[in-house]
Amino acid sequence: MFSFAIGKLLRAATVLLGVSFLTFIIGHASGDPVLLMVRGDATAQQKADLRHSLGLDRPVLAQYVSYVGNALRGDLGISYRQRIAVGQLIRLRLPNSLELAGAAFTTAIILGFALGILAALNRDRVVDHAVAGLSILGQVVPGFWLGLMLVLLFAVHWRILPVSGSGDLAHLILPAVTLALPTLGRMARLVRAGMLDVLNSDYIRTARAKGLTERQVLLGHAVKNALLPLVTQAGLEFGDMVGSAFIIETVFAWPGLGRMAVNAVLQRDFLVVQGCVLVTAAGFVAINLTVDLLYAWIDPRVRGRG
Amino acid sequence: MKALILLYRSPQTRVGLILLTFVILVALAAPLLAPFSPVDVDPTARLLPPLSRVLVSSTHSGASAAHAETALHLLGTDSVGRDVLSRLIYGSRLSLTVGFLAVLISAVFGSLVGCLSGYWGGWVEALSAWLIDVQLSFPFLLLAIFLLGALGGGTLAVVLVLALGTWVNYARIVRAQVLSIKNQGYIEAAHATGAGTLRVLFIHILPNTLSPICVVGSFSMALAILTEAGLSFLGVGLDPSTPSWGTMLNDGRDYLLTAWWIATVPGIAIGVTVLGVTLFGEGLRELLDPRGVR
Amino acid sequence: MSPSILDVEGRAASPTILDVEGLSIAFGRPGHGKQVVTDVSFKVERGEALGIVGESGSGKTLTMLSLLRLLPRGAEARAVRASFDGRDLFNLSPAALLEIRGREMAVVFQDPLTALNPVLTVGRQITEVIRRHFRSSAADAQRRAVELLASVGIPDPNLRLRQYPHEFSGGMRQRVTIAMALAGEPRLLIADEPTTALDVTVQAEIVSLIQRLQREKGLTVIWVTHDLALLARIADRVLVMYAGRVVEDAPAAKLFANPRHPYARTLLGSIRQDAPRRNRTTPIPLTAADTGAVGCPFAPRCAEASEQCRSVAPVLKVYGGDTRAACWALDDGSARGAGSLDDGSAQGTGS
Repeated sequence: MFSFAIGKLLRAATVLLGVSFLTFIIGHASGDPVLLMVRGDATAQQKADLRHSLGLDRPVLAQYVSYVGNALRGDLGISYRQRIAVGQLIRLRLPNSLELAGAAFTTAIILGFALGILAALNRDRVVDHAVAGLSILGQVVPGFWLGLMLVLLFAVHWRILPVSGSGDLAHLILPAVTLALPTLGRMARLVRAGMLDVLNSDYIRTARAKGLTERQVLLGHAVKNALLPLVTQAGLEFGDMVGSAFIIETVFAWPGLGRMAVNAVLQRDFLVVQGCVLVTAAGFVAINLTVDLLYAWIDPRVRGRG
Repeated sequence: MKALILLYRSPQTRVGLILLTFVILVALAAPLLAPFSPVDVDPTARLLPPLSRVLVSSTHSGASAAHAETALHLLGTDSVGRDVLSRLIYGSRLSLTVGFLAVLISAVFGSLVGCLSGYWGGWVEALSAWLIDVQLSFPFLLLAIFLLGALGGGTLAVVLVLALGTWVNYARIVRAQVLSIKNQGYIEAAHATGAGTLRVLFIHILPNTLSPICVVGSFSMALAILTEAGLSFLGVGLDPSTPSWGTMLNDGRDYLLTAWWIATVPGIAIGVTVLGVTLFGEGLRELLDPRGVR
Repeated sequence: MSPSILDVEGRAASPTILDVEGLSIAFGRPGHGKQVVTDVSFKVERGEALGIVGESGSGKTLTMLSLLRLLPRGAEARAVRASFDGRDLFNLSPAALLEIRGREMAVVFQDPLTALNPVLTVGRQITEVIRRHFRSSAADAQRRAVELLASVGIPDPNLRLRQYPHEFSGGMRQRVTIAMALAGEPRLLIADEPTTALDVTVQAEIVSLIQRLQREKGLTVIWVTHDLALLARIADRVLVMYAGRVVEDAPAAKLFANPRHPYARTLLGSIRQDAPRRNRTTPIPLTAADTGAVGCPFAPRCAEASEQCRSVAPVLKVYGGDTRAACWALDDGSARGAGSLDDGSAQGTGS
């Protein structure tokens, strides 16, 4: 198990490096930041001076290396627009994003799992079809559109939830649910299929033949095996969810990292974008690593290889 | 042709096909179906609710009401007076085209990379595997926003970025196929008889990968349509004046409380289209892989 | 037929432990579906080794599964009588059924790799049976599990308890499933093709293991197999099934010496021609037997088939006192069974 974990860790580190490099290159291609910072009447000399003071006239690789060096020490540069340290901006907004993503992810996984099991145990009955319908809905319409519709329903029509912003639980509900829905739908379907497969398997038949109660069969034998596909998918889903979070934060004016990143892109403030991407990707890589390790822990057959 | 008949059997695929055909027909017949122009602005008819009637005549003459022509905005108008229904109908063209092009480019590029990495192996393969890992570590939407912001928007950029989202899937399929051909020694045999490697690869890869590529293609198309909507919604995708479902959503969002129809309607259109494409794709998959996940 | 009375005490002395009559199994709705087992009847004596033989699709496994209500989805079983030790298996409450499964009747399945749960340790899969049926403490159950593993010939049982099924070889895995089946101390063991998924060399070991355990614990064992040569060595009595029906039911010695039913004769002819070691394959051309057909299901392949055979399904009749067979061609030498009531005698009865 240990060598397995070390191998995965190393790979994660190289991937993270690649991500940061890619981000850097793209950021540099997005245009000259100096133009954003100066007034229209600045002379070529003034621009050149500014460029030099920011270190932007060095070769790209040198800039990248110093960026990485600074990043490892926690310094992600200074936003061109806001003149505040990028790291500080991120620190302010990251907890909000985590709160939203955490709430959404937990809801999606738990509810998705529960509904999937429910659907599998009530195969072809109303519950099963209802869960299928919910799942389809969550996947064919854009998530943010569902969010807008939910706002129309709950905030405008019925007025029981706030339209946007953050602050308390009431503000968290709509964005979290919106963010959770597509994942919830996919999870439920996956768990249902997995559970049905498991329930048809020989070892469940053996468990029943041993005289175990249905509860013992389901909880002790079925659920653990049904968890396996869920765990791998969960890692992928988190990635999707982080991506969607950017849009959802914008829809609900949630003061998170995503909203800041989107605005920064529109304003060509690429150091902010870079910092956000780096933080997000790092989190992402960490999640995938955890998923890999978790999977190996649940399914002992995996530990030998990989 | 036989495949289509088989597809028709499954009820869910049937629904998918019907929906998809409906949307394609709407897109093709757009100029005939749309009551108004999708781009003409009319500041006097802003934010009208569905089923509003307007006077068509543009001269402010004192003509009697009996002679005035009226037109019906079935789904209302948007923030600059454009007819929502017409924009919706034309929007189908854009969404379908963008989606399809993205999938096409993605499939070609992905297959190429898969083929090369499978055939040459070695560092080419290692490099592509690593690149794939790197790309997958990026939440795709973020990458898309980032790239579009850096490159500027526009239809071509959007198509390319969307293509970036799914090329990996095709690469994997094709690479696996190439590897299995290598393992079976077809390539050595071909060299022995004087036939070129390229020919062998072509003959053996194409038939076996065409079907899974089509399946992946339909799911990619669904994803592309949804992603385009999201990108345009954020303002980094297509130009706001172009009649696409995503730009309509962008427009509608600012007027959600006052003119809910602008944002509601395109979402339904997207839902119907994506549902059609997805059901079709699932039907294809069940057709090709009898095991299925029911 | 009179329904059996729930009466464990009174029948404790009866030599018959399992009494099945008129068992039928069908998939799908009655009248529309496919009938896979028709009118199966047999008795099993305490301590006996009964063999049920038939090719794939003969319904032998389904028949056994139906007794414990372990049939797959969509299959329904009905019987005139299905009583285990005096208890009616088909009318048990769910709780009572759980008391019989594992505790009174246990099953050893064909493929030990799929029969065991891959994510649970072997020890857990054995101890849960003990704890479920005997309310043992974890420690006691553990100790008992170690004993069981040792008794089935697994070396170093303490270590093995903590391992997972995929860490065992095929033969060892099957020993584990045997230990697991015996953990509930059942009185009837159903061994469903226990050696089919194993190497030829290992097969003999498993067979003699089960035999030894049977002798030691006074178990009744039902061997379900397609391998007639195997039954020649170990069975007291043999039931031959074809297309979901019982076609012959005789003491092993008599069956092998003088098989009555044409199908049984074909089976035996084939194993006599084979070298003794090639007991895995039955070289009978496997045609799809029509289980729902009118008339004798073997008629299409039978050299002696007559018009009657093709139009009316034969009934089981008694021959020579302890053999039953269902074949019109045997009519001249038959003796009809004694009435329609089951008199509990040790001899087979007519249906």
